[in-house]
Amino acid sequence: MSGQWGYVTAAYVMVLGSMAAYAVWTIRRGRRLARRLPAEDRRWL
Amino acid sequence: MTIDTAADPVAEPRRRFPGVRSEGTGSRGSRVLGLVTLAGMAALLLFGLVLSPQDPGPNEMGQTVRIMYMHVPVAIIAFLAFGVTAVGSIMYLWKRSEFWDLTAAASAEIGVFLTAATLATGMIWGKFAWGTWWVWDARLTTTALLLVLFLGYLAVRRLPGPPEQRSKRAAIAGLIAFVDVPIVHYSVDWWRSLHQPATVSRFDPQIDGLLLFSLMLGMVVFLLAYWWLMIHRFRVALMESRLEERGLDVALAARRAEAEATAPVAATPAGVRP
Repeated sequence: MSGQWGYVTAAYVMVLGSMAAYAVWTIRRGRRLARRLPAEDRRWL
Repeated sequence: MTIDTAADPVAEPRRRFPGVRSEGTGSRGSRVLGLVTLAGMAALLLFGLVLSPQDPGPNEMGQTVRIMYMHVPVAIIAFLAFGVTAVGSIMYLWKRSEFWDLTAAASAEIGVFLTAATLATGMIWGKFAWGTWWVWDARLTTTALLLVLFLGYLAVRRLPGPPEQRSKRAAIAGLIAFVDVPIVHYSVDWWRSLHQPATVSRFDPQIDGLLLFSLMLGMVVFLLAYWWLMIHRFRVALMESRLEERGLDVALAARRAEAEATAPVAATPAGVRP
């Protein structure tokens, strides 16, 4: 049974961990780009 | 890193709305959506790992049925993401609008990420259920092909060329890649497959109770996550496009200035010193 939980944990950590990493990467990309653009090019502000 | 807010025009909104971190791709709506998504993730963990029972069916999946609350929603939202790319590609070819081009691009990148997660969770489950990480099964192979096709789509977007030509090439590539999505879906019906056939996308779902609820909750939560990622990824793509335009403008201005500076020399008759 504990072996089954190992597979379950691996799957959850893999999906949620990689999703968090991708989200942080996207946010950081956005912040880096925003520093090089004036506010009028970011209409969502 | 600190930004000189007095000299930097980009930092202007922070002064207009004191106390609000407005730099980057975030907005009030995206923050609310992000919080709702995080709450949904917490609920999914609660139902998926604690409240939902282990598989009572004859498949002997036991606790590993919980992997399905990640694997199935991620796979279906990946299909949705590629569907949005296909719609964006069609709309771009029709309207030639930057909005649709960037929508297609943003959704494809998220779709690639979700497809990789689908394959990884499927491999983890396969190691338990089939005793191997990978088999060249119809569903697995067509899904791997889908990943490669959309990686190709992202590569096509990075090929050099005029922006309009690049977008048109990408739209055509996106539509070609999308052809694999229905093939992945029907692969378990068309070919003999180790992968189980559809469990939920039929009129008489083969699971019920908390198992079905957890699966549906996963669908909703990953749909919200996709929406949140789309907002931010689209804004990143929009800023990249604006920066590219600005770079082109600067390069054109530099060429013009250079041409003007060298024009009197070029107009001088041959053999006569200016």
